[in-house]
Amino acid sequence: MKQTIFTIKHNVALTANVYEMALVGDTEGIASGQFVNIKIDGLYLRRPISVCDYSEDTLTLVYKVVGKGTEEMAKMVSGQKLDVLTGLGNGYDTAKSGSQPLLIGGGVGVPPMYALAKQLIEEGKKVNVILGFNSSDEIFYKNQFEALGAYVTVTTVDGSFGVKGFVTDALKNTGGYSYIYTCGPEVMLKAVYNAGETSGQYSFEERMGCGFGACMGCTCKTKYGNKRICKDGPVLEKEEIIW
Amino acid sequence: MVNTKISLCGIEIDNPVIPASGTFGFGYEFAELYDINCLGTFSFKGTTKDARFGNPTPRIAECSSGMLNAVGLQNPGVEKVISDELPKLAKVFNKKVMANVSGFAVEDYVYTCEKLDKEEQVGWLEVNISCPNVHGGGMSFGTSPESAYEVTKAVKAVTTKPVIIKLSPNVTDIASIAAACENAGADGISMINTLMGMRINLKTRKPIIANKTGGYSGPAILPVALRMVYQVYEAVKIPIVGMGGISTAEDVIEMMMAGATAVEVGAANLIEPYACKNIIDELPAVMERYGIKDLNEIIGGAH
Repeated sequence: MKQTIFTIKHNVALTANVYEMALVGDTEGIASGQFVNIKIDGLYLRRPISVCDYSEDTLTLVYKVVGKGTEEMAKMVSGQKLDVLTGLGNGYDTAKSGSQPLLIGGGVGVPPMYALAKQLIEEGKKVNVILGFNSSDEIFYKNQFEALGAYVTVTTVDGSFGVKGFVTDALKNTGGYSYIYTCGPEVMLKAVYNAGETSGQYSFEERMGCGFGACMGCTCKTKYGNKRICKDGPVLEKEEIIW
Repeated sequence: MVNTKISLCGIEIDNPVIPASGTFGFGYEFAELYDINCLGTFSFKGTTKDARFGNPTPRIAECSSGMLNAVGLQNPGVEKVISDELPKLAKVFNKKVMANVSGFAVEDYVYTCEKLDKEEQVGWLEVNISCPNVHGGGMSFGTSPESAYEVTKAVKAVTTKPVIIKLSPNVTDIASIAAACENAGADGISMINTLMGMRINLKTRKPIIANKTGGYSGPAILPVALRMVYQVYEAVKIPIVGMGGISTAEDVIEMMMAGATAVEVGAANLIEPYACKNIIDELPAVMERYGIKDLNEIIGGAH
């Protein structure tokens, strides 16, 4: 964990309620699948947001406005400074991916898949991605994933774009996979858990107090014992999950 | 040069700043960030006789200038704390630590305190009779002078180290409960635990916290804590460890003026992981600003 003051480079809307915020500052120690915890003026608890992308000096977050914290974030402008705790959570382990990993992101679970896809492609793996949305106007980052060289399938619940249905309805379109990485709403994770034919890593979310393992505010039970989603997660192995 | 050293129940500590139980784990997470030996001491995660998972999640909710928590005393149980946590803690902290103990029956408190009393690194036993987030124990011992007396007496009978009783603010007359603890032989009082509260999710129309109620902490409760410490200072002679919303060096001084010999810092650690270090670093300059040469001279100074 590290505390860093970042400067907002841009904060732009990607859809009606999903925003992309680029932050300039020290990104050392940040990994895919981790999250950062942001201090927001006027609110007491920091707000945990998953890492979408990072480079040597820029951290990119893609977040959906769902409550007070993200409402405040959406109003922020370039040049503003943010107090951020980085390097939080375990992140994804790419050593287990095999040669053809499948990445499944649902809605606001899409962003963490981006840095992971980038990393897996750099490691020479053939990456298939399924991005699930409710409808075509909610789609974001499809082009960004394609630009990385990933094979992208989009699903929409209303059928307005791509495969009609849920992410699990596109599993057969992927032409086989060696491992699954996924992030999204819990009902989606459970559907992937049941339909997925390989092992995998599942990223969970929970209301947090500190975000770095001190308060025990986000503990869940797993087959490997009690785990703090913030410190021992947010990524759990398929084999340890208890629904 | 100002003096920040104080004596807490006969043990001298470098400064009165103590991270509160439940906000500092067993110290390791913070030791990754700074040398936690700068602390006066710290109160480790509430420990019970048996291992506890705690309450279902969500356990946390945002509030005005604070938060609710209903963790429910998640801990690995006293045997594991002694075998696993204390040896790891000793690697990052070389001072005496405060052992925080909770229970569901007088015998639980006796069992856990007796074990921890034998641990060399334990300097004080902080007996929590005020947890608002567990049912059938915890706070029920801290809500009447009789049961507070009973627990204190029983723990004192099996321990050699200073016993500090942690009190609940969710009572009608905290001073009478503090006095009962003193009469039973308590060496100190720590106060206040969290205030029972609730938040409701407008979309689901249900309480946000799975336990329904949670304990309110953070800067919002500082005035309540100050008032109660002030009242208890007039009712007992034993030292008081004041807590509730402390986030700055000024808050430390204010709490000491109300009657606290030392202070605990809780929720602030979760929001600002360097909170205690920052308070300790700023304390000498803030003391000078208010013409304080020695912290001992301001304890109870507001009376």
